[in-house]
Amino acid sequence: MSDSYPASEAEISARAKALESLLVEKGLIGTDAIDKAAGAYESDIGPMVGAKVVARAWSDPGFKEQLLEDASAACARLDVGGMQGEHMVAVENSEQVHNVVVCTLCSCYPWPVLGLPPNWYKYPQYRSRTVMEPRKVLKEEFGLDVDESVDIRVWDSSAEIRYLVLPERPEGTEGMSEEELASLVTRDSMIGVGKPRTPEG
Amino acid sequence: MNGVHDLGGMQGLGGVDVEGNEPVFHNPWEKAIFGTMLATMGQGMYNLDEFRHGIEVMSPAHYLTSSYYEHWLETIEKNLIEKGIIDRDELDARTQEFLKDPAAPVPQREDPELAESLSRLVRSGASTRREVSAKPQFEVGDRVRTRNVHPRGHTRLPQYVRDKQGVVERVYDAFVLPDANAHGEGENPQYVYSVRFEAEEVWGDSAEPREVVYVDLWESYLEPL
Repeated sequence: MSDSYPASEAEISARAKALESLLVEKGLIGTDAIDKAAGAYESDIGPMVGAKVVARAWSDPGFKEQLLEDASAACARLDVGGMQGEHMVAVENSEQVHNVVVCTLCSCYPWPVLGLPPNWYKYPQYRSRTVMEPRKVLKEEFGLDVDESVDIRVWDSSAEIRYLVLPERPEGTEGMSEEELASLVTRDSMIGVGKPRTPEG
Repeated sequence: MNGVHDLGGMQGLGGVDVEGNEPVFHNPWEKAIFGTMLATMGQGMYNLDEFRHGIEVMSPAHYLTSSYYEHWLETIEKNLIEKGIIDRDELDARTQEFLKDPAAPVPQREDPELAESLSRLVRSGASTRREVSAKPQFEVGDRVRTRNVHPRGHTRLPQYVRDKQGVVERVYDAFVLPDANAHGEGENPQYVYSVRFEAEEVWGDSAEPREVVYVDLWESYLEPL
């Protein structure tokens, strides 16, 4: 524990290494286990997984219905699930409704579909403001201008349910394959701070 | 507790700093801290609610001037020391050694069994949903008021929605109650509800038009209206 702050990066690094070393020496953890488990979030688990889920929902009405009814079960069909996504709920954007997800108390985020959250999602500015002035945050901080006729629904992930935004399928994507559609789905569009890409880019 | 972590509606914190092409981990220690959390919480050395509460009790000035993974390091250290798994003095002494020789490596240890169980944890999760015999007290559409409470311990009832009227939007299953589980008082599972609040109810004249906020709340946070 630090007696003075802000702590330097050198100090944090030393403390992290000290902690890991002591646990290794006591035989309580394995460095291979840590590297492998943490490494999964650098390789296999990230927004590309959620993008596949969204692309399937855009392509398959039956899947979309199940996703909105029970997102965990729908994701399990695609072999998607796991830690911090044991109970997932998908909320659908439409012409009338825009959903956006936040965690005001910490940084809860649906890891199995989006991976680990970006810093801005975890830091105080987004967490404090999104519940109070979502329209302003979306416009000023993310360049997303939500029309004043559109309802904004903010989901504060205060319990163990994790929310995924199902963005609207962009126009001009008729006939695209799931793979092509997935390439349009951005992380931000699944948090609700952005829109999917369009075929024109 | 009414801590600095409970940020909903706080003002004056500034703009959102969006980093382009952000890496998952910015440096080796972020990855080490993340992995250490998985390995220690994953083996049940402390639970998720104790982990969260360990961050909440940081001093507000420290909380606001430290990085996300420093928060994690604080709570992992605190929990492991409280559980008697590591000792403060040995941790401080070892930290000094690494400060003097930052390039010194962490000793390596293979633990295939743990590697397998952590992979399973990542893929399957660790649900805190529990079966309870009671029926939910509230139904979809019920009007409720959140309690005006200010517990000194851990809670997941944010301040900005205390003593506010809302409507039950969804009834979820029962989950371990953080308020009890963070303090060694057992799991005490209760139903969780998604409660819908109109922005005007929460923010008064400062509310933006056409906004609603949904907050997931345990049953004991609510009273019928």
